[in-house]
Amino acid sequence: MAIKVLKPGLATTVQDAGRDGYYNVGIPLSGALDQYSFRAANLLVGNDESAAVLECTLMGPELEFERDALIAVTGAAMTPRVDGTPAACNRALAVKAGSVVTFDIMRSGARAYIAVAGGIDVPVILGSRSTYGLGAFGGFQGRKLQPGDSVPVGEAGARAKPGKRLPDDLAMPLPKELELRVVPGLYFHRITEESAQTFFEDTWTVAPEADRIGYRYKQGRPLKFRERQQPFGAGSDPSNIVDAGYPYGSIQVPGGLEPIILHRDAVSGGGYAMIGTVISADMDKIAQMQPNNKARFVKVDLDAALAARAERSQRLQRLRAALR
Amino acid sequence: MATGTARYSFGADEHIFVELSEEMSLEAFFKGMAITTALAKKKVPGVTEICPANASYQVKFDPDVTHPNEMMNLLQQLERDMGSVELELNTRIIEVPVLYNDPWTRETLMRFRERHQDPSSADIEYAARINNFPSVDDFIAAHSGSPWFVSMVGFVAGLPFLFQLVERARQIEVPKYLRPRTDTPKLTVGHGGCFGCIYSVRGAGGYQMFGITPAPIFDPAQGLTYLKEFMCLFRPGDIVKFKAVDRETYDRAVKQVEAGTFDLRIRPVGFSLKKFLADPAGYNHQLEEVLYGN
Repeated sequence: MAIKVLKPGLATTVQDAGRDGYYNVGIPLSGALDQYSFRAANLLVGNDESAAVLECTLMGPELEFERDALIAVTGAAMTPRVDGTPAACNRALAVKAGSVVTFDIMRSGARAYIAVAGGIDVPVILGSRSTYGLGAFGGFQGRKLQPGDSVPVGEAGARAKPGKRLPDDLAMPLPKELELRVVPGLYFHRITEESAQTFFEDTWTVAPEADRIGYRYKQGRPLKFRERQQPFGAGSDPSNIVDAGYPYGSIQVPGGLEPIILHRDAVSGGGYAMIGTVISADMDKIAQMQPNNKARFVKVDLDAALAARAERSQRLQRLRAALR
Repeated sequence: MATGTARYSFGADEHIFVELSEEMSLEAFFKGMAITTALAKKKVPGVTEICPANASYQVKFDPDVTHPNEMMNLLQQLERDMGSVELELNTRIIEVPVLYNDPWTRETLMRFRERHQDPSSADIEYAARINNFPSVDDFIAAHSGSPWFVSMVGFVAGLPFLFQLVERARQIEVPKYLRPRTDTPKLTVGHGGCFGCIYSVRGAGGYQMFGITPAPIFDPAQGLTYLKEFMCLFRPGDIVKFKAVDRETYDRAVKQVEAGTFDLRIRPVGFSLKKFLADPAGYNHQLEEVLYGN
């Protein structure tokens, strides 16, 4: 079975749980940016929770289904229409052979996940079906979907039944303003005491340059780096370091101007000082931020990060129990 | 070790970042290679990424499997254990042909001239001048005259950062572009700060551009013999020797790449930091003998 792409949307790619183990040669994790909503979509249609899905950014695609299918749309709020009839998000929807699924505008959130019972069946490369755009491999021919693409779908499992719905309290929250928890560290000592304060005081706005590689934030006060004789090999700007590896979620501030949080398609390293790292439990929230949404960075320690991680795991357990 | 004690930092709950030295040095790089190699051998449960870099390294792990504090202790113990280790590396030396001063990077650098420190000259002319070479040819002779260490692979897939194996006073140093370019031809040989690089894919970049190699270094289709094993050619610790080639040789190589018959000269080699530091020029000569001997 296959899905024909009539219109691809803005940036629709095949993603799954991601690709571990190759960051040391510059190949990043990739995978669904909002892992929670991605898993919810799969569970709704009875898939293994890490099956490959379509991730749509800011705008939905137009898809024609070759055969009967079961689909679910999670994450960003974007009403699906089956042959023009509006349907619900966060629910398993039966789609007839020959039907066309379209989407209304994205009301809130930035990424919607379309799971199809059976999973998107593109080849597994280095352990994952995820698209890595910069490297042009994985996913559907290593790129965003285009009109005319025929996207293969696997065989639906026995658990694929219409009607299953995600309880409201287990849907992904989609606020326009939120807090992102950050463990300061890495090269945090390179910014001045004053900047170490203002970074956490200011409200930051998502810039238009926000994608799977990284999210750029603006409108906070510029950060100042401490004066020093730059170390050999580090480059001349005070925000420069000897090129090093970048953790996922790490925050760099080139020239002290606009913080960039690296996400799952991260460049694996470079020469800009990172001043801290967003905790793992908050990475999904970033994925749902639209340009002009606002964030405040909240300083937390390792214990708080681990507690938030445990809380997120429990929420995932509740999700699995609810959709079993 | 001259590098002193490393600085350890949590990258939130899933990473530990270790800065072995604030400044770039071969000693720091070697220490990082030794520690990350030893760590990989330990097969610590939950570790998913071990990434050596120029003078630092980072580890990504599942903190539900191994607690971050436990991981921290383990890494610090590894550093203490490394104290007396002889810094030797079994690696490979790879010859990379380069068409210096090529028309494609020249066209690109002209498009982004307003982002450059010296809009009136080409990148390679600027680099030759500020590094006190009498001519571009002398600069090319120095660039291709001694080997380079792959001190990090990354930024994007398969991109090597290269550290020139000469005394610090002789190392080529150039600033990065004032503002990064939005375009760099694939396989551009570049340089920023004290690091060389080869751009594995087309895209943004801030390094000065000196030339282009016909040799693919990243190919998901894995068409060429030397990419059959893995889609990225370079690994941290590889040694690169550039070879200046003319346009005719470059064009011939490109045809061979298209036909799938192109190959690179790659030889296994051991590298001893101690021996290199004692006599860099003499040791480099021996490396070349390994590359070109039979």
